Amino acid sequence: LNRALGTLNTLILITSSLTIALSIFFIQKGNRQLSAGLLFFTIFLGVLFLGVKYIEWTAKISHGLYPNSPHLLGRPKGEILFFGLYYSMTGLHGLHVLVGISILSVILVLMIKKKINKNHTISLENAGLYWHLVDIIWIFLFPLFYLIT
Amino acid sequence: MNYKTYVWVWLGLLILTGITVSLAGMNLGRLSIAMVLTIAAIKSGLVLSYFMHLRYETGLLFKLMIPIVLAALTVFIGLTFTDIAFR
Repeated sequence: LNRALGTLNTLILITSSLTIALSIFFIQKGNRQLSAGLLFFTIFLGVLFLGVKYIEWTAKISHGLYPNSPHLLGRPKGEILFFGLYYSMTGLHGLHVLVGISILSVILVLMIKKKINKNHTISLENAGLYWHLVDIIWIFLFPLFYLIT
Repeated sequence: MNYKTYVWVWLGLLILTGITVSLAGMNLGRLSIAMVLTIAAIKSGLVLSYFMHLRYETGLLFKLMIPIVLAALTVFIGLTFTDIAFR
């Protein structure tokens, strides 16, 4: 696996966790514009993460490394297992990122409509908790797949 | 609660990521598995306690819930590695 791209994605997700935490902080302080800006940036980072993921998967698939490919089936058993796990785990995590992006987009629209404000922050806070969860999952997936050889 | 706390935690997470990536580049073998997973545990601890506000929650049982779940996960991952080590 490409360790540089994995590290880049780790940095992207960690930073997106910071921006959503700051977004919650500033909506509670009543600064709705800054909060919405930070939320938008979080969504952007989420999309960026999936973009990097797309590049990684395309590179692997173009090398013939995808589940049940003739090239992969000719490799040792451990490698077949590794790539099976790689695609299922990062795929499932990618789905969670996609769901997170959708939730955050709905929250952003609600915020622009002023439905979410200084006194109504619960939905943003809960969306933030979900986003942090996705971040934590990646914190574990990254060393397990990219760093351990 | 100051927003600077979040920035400090973020910086800590960045530094830990740097450490874990450079550790993995040193080819320390099985020792590196333990080290990168320990760092991952510390990082998730930082996210849980500061970003997810677990540090500011009250109620011991509620606080213990997440470490217990994480510990269970660690046991599962650990057992998977013993399968490789003693095969």
